[in-house]
Amino acid sequence: MNAHRSSGRDPDPEISGGAGRVAAVEIIAPGPYATVQDLGRRGFAHLGVPRSGAADVPSLRLANRLVGNAEDAAAIELTFGGAALGFTRGAWVALAGAPVRTSAGGMWAPFWAPSGTVLSFGVPYEGLRTYVAIRGGVWVPPVLGSMSTDSLSGLGPAPLTAGTVLALGEPMSGLHADLAPQRPISAGPTVEVVRGPRDDWFTDDGFATMCAGAYRVSQDSNRVGARLTGTALRRARTGELPSEGMVSGAIQVPPDGQPIVFLADHPPTGGYPVIGVVTVADLPKVAQLRPGDQLRFRPARSS
Amino acid sequence: MIRRVGERALLVDTGSLAASHRLDARLRLLTDVEEIVPGPETVLVVGGRVDQLIPLIEQLDHSPMHDLDGETVDIPVVYDGEDLPEVAALAGISVDEVIARHTGSEFVAGWLGFAPGFAYLVGLDPLLHVSRLDRPRTAVPAGAVAIAGAYSAVYPAASPGGWRLIGHTSLAVWDVTGDSPALLKPGTRVRMVAR
Repeated sequence: MNAHRSSGRDPDPEISGGAGRVAAVEIIAPGPYATVQDLGRRGFAHLGVPRSGAADVPSLRLANRLVGNAEDAAAIELTFGGAALGFTRGAWVALAGAPVRTSAGGMWAPFWAPSGTVLSFGVPYEGLRTYVAIRGGVWVPPVLGSMSTDSLSGLGPAPLTAGTVLALGEPMSGLHADLAPQRPISAGPTVEVVRGPRDDWFTDDGFATMCAGAYRVSQDSNRVGARLTGTALRRARTGELPSEGMVSGAIQVPPDGQPIVFLADHPPTGGYPVIGVVTVADLPKVAQLRPGDQLRFRPARSS
Repeated sequence: MIRRVGERALLVDTGSLAASHRLDARLRLLTDVEEIVPGPETVLVVGGRVDQLIPLIEQLDHSPMHDLDGETVDIPVVYDGEDLPEVAALAGISVDEVIARHTGSEFVAGWLGFAPGFAYLVGLDPLLHVSRLDRPRTAVPAGAVAIAGAYSAVYPAASPGGWRLIGHTSLAVWDVTGDSPALLKPGTRVRMVAR
């Protein structure tokens, strides 16, 4: 069932700096936190630029495929749902990631949102981040080759607020899929970790200790990292590690011994030792964890 | 030594910043990878075929490498920073000598971090090695020229910051509209010129 806005329809205004692109989606409410995300900024880490991009990359790619976009097109990343989007032009929409009830269409299947539709979101019944892909792709002025909001450095557009209007890009192909079957998101996953590169900074049983215990996701987790609380990991040596490059999925351990799993907006360099790196396949599970959820680690089969 | 960093990256021990810069320069010419991130004693290489990169890097490590001179950038500095008198007091020298020692330092951009375009400039005169502020400022303007520990830096954009401010420059070190957003890249030689 579609909810239509009763207010009169304004002519579509041009987006400032949008090269003639017209407004298509108005953010009526962003929910707790919503941003535009694509696959981020590649090739600038040595200049201090975080990669950024979708926290749950496979869900962004899937949502884009469902509306016939390139997988790297920009979409809206909702955190804990709660948003309301007003469509001032009709558009095909697909949702992936954290499943959530909406006023106009379901998960993992493209649906048509006619002009005037207000697409409002509840709270996800599992997971944290829902991706809203719109046919043509969300369009904002790119910065260093990406439309992503980088919450750490401030590059890219500001987080979405009520009243923000977004334009769309050009559709590139037809719709190919009707529905993508999905496995449920686990609130207590066990994720695989490749040991190192700085596991030698910890006591002999440090990696085993991390893999034996359960950790909880703390309230101050965000797009930079999932901060965990649980068994502290003790260092075998004192002193400081010289700053070195960091990757997504790196489990960095500050002096208090409580690990942080780096997500999309992690700093490109850091000075705390990395005891292990979550596998590419399992990192999206971490990106979907909510504060309070439990997490376990196990050694990757290859490590 | 080459360490694996997850499934898609390698961390190469170089032992020195100069060696990191040399490896960085060689890798940029030779390989198609996503990221090459030099640090004081390491280079991180992300993407590409990690297994094929290991022998390539090992070969590079053992081949003789000449020093690749970075380009030199002159930064015009007005030495009017709020912390200049305190830096002079901490160093036990006059403000004029702080300026002379800062402009006399042969800086090299070591690596970038903290913020996009924020280069850690190594080569600071040892007498100017002062601690960070006990209470970081909530707002430091873009272009502020600062020192802390063994480093100097130019703040690329307004941000919070705990370094001691000794001056400012009108030269933009960060511009996302340009072809190359950062004026100071790892290996760039930097001279401070008093204005």
